[in-house]
Amino acid sequence: MEISLFHYLIVAAALFTIGVFGIFVNRKNVIIILMSIELVLLSVNINLVAFSAYLQNLEGQIFAMIVLTVAAAEAAVGLAILVTYFRNRGNIAVEDINQMRG
Amino acid sequence: MLATIAFYVLAVIAVISAFAVISARNPVHSVLFLILTFFTAAGLFVLLGAEFLAMLLVIVYVGAVAVLFLFVVMMLDVDFVELKQGFLSYMPIGAIVALALLFELGLVASAAISADGAPIAIAPAQPGGVTNAEAIGQVLYTDYLLVFQMAGLVLFVAMIGAIVLTLRHRPGVRKQNIAAQVGRKRSEGVELKDIRPGQGLG
Repeated sequence: MEISLFHYLIVAAALFTIGVFGIFVNRKNVIIILMSIELVLLSVNINLVAFSAYLQNLEGQIFAMIVLTVAAAEAAVGLAILVTYFRNRGNIAVEDINQMRG
Repeated sequence: MLATIAFYVLAVIAVISAFAVISARNPVHSVLFLILTFFTAAGLFVLLGAEFLAMLLVIVYVGAVAVLFLFVVMMLDVDFVELKQGFLSYMPIGAIVALALLFELGLVASAAISADGAPIAIAPAQPGGVTNAEAIGQVLYTDYLLVFQMAGLVLFVAMIGAIVLTLRHRPGVRKQNIAAQVGRKRSEGVELKDIRPGQGLG
């Protein structure tokens, strides 16, 4: 059976769902939440590249590169915030994070 | 045929390792499974004919982002067992939301099957006999030049932000002061004494 656009969309949907599920069940661990966000962005990239191949149009791959850039920037800033938070408080429990309100 | 087998193998590995990312007890294992997920996604990109993006995914994600995650996980001395509590209490609501989301996304994806039930074929793009990287370059540096530069700006701002967030000046740390070393004058270091013969320094 030939691989169709549908197959790629299903794989991306599964990855997206797993990412959202990971955000739900790992409420306390910010590192896993950040990794789940990376999974979600990866699934979006798969969708973009699949549609790029389907439409025979390279613009989807350009968009995927932009998403990749934003994901890398987001991971860097998120982990920097995490390191600063850990330095100040000694743990990374997300429940206490609202104490950072001014 | 080979591509079909490769797709199924990569897709199954990607989904399983993605699930292992969120369910692993040890965060280091999570990061390693994340790397595996990115590798298999890169394989899927190769199957779709996007070789340049696949290599970019390996370099950027596996080489930079995942290593950054690994670095932070290993650097922070956190009791991860304690953070794992509440996994089961959030499981039902999370599973409900996830199943609803999967159902909806599957519904949307089923629109990709054409009306007569035949799946829409998908073929790797071969634009005009040039390689994928060359074709991307021809589009990226002409039509999307502004977007490309904005992406660079995003990375720049993220770099500055990460440095500002993590840089700290600790008091009491001895550092080399190069300006003071270079700006040192002869009069500060050397003193000439006029000593009479036979008397020595008094």
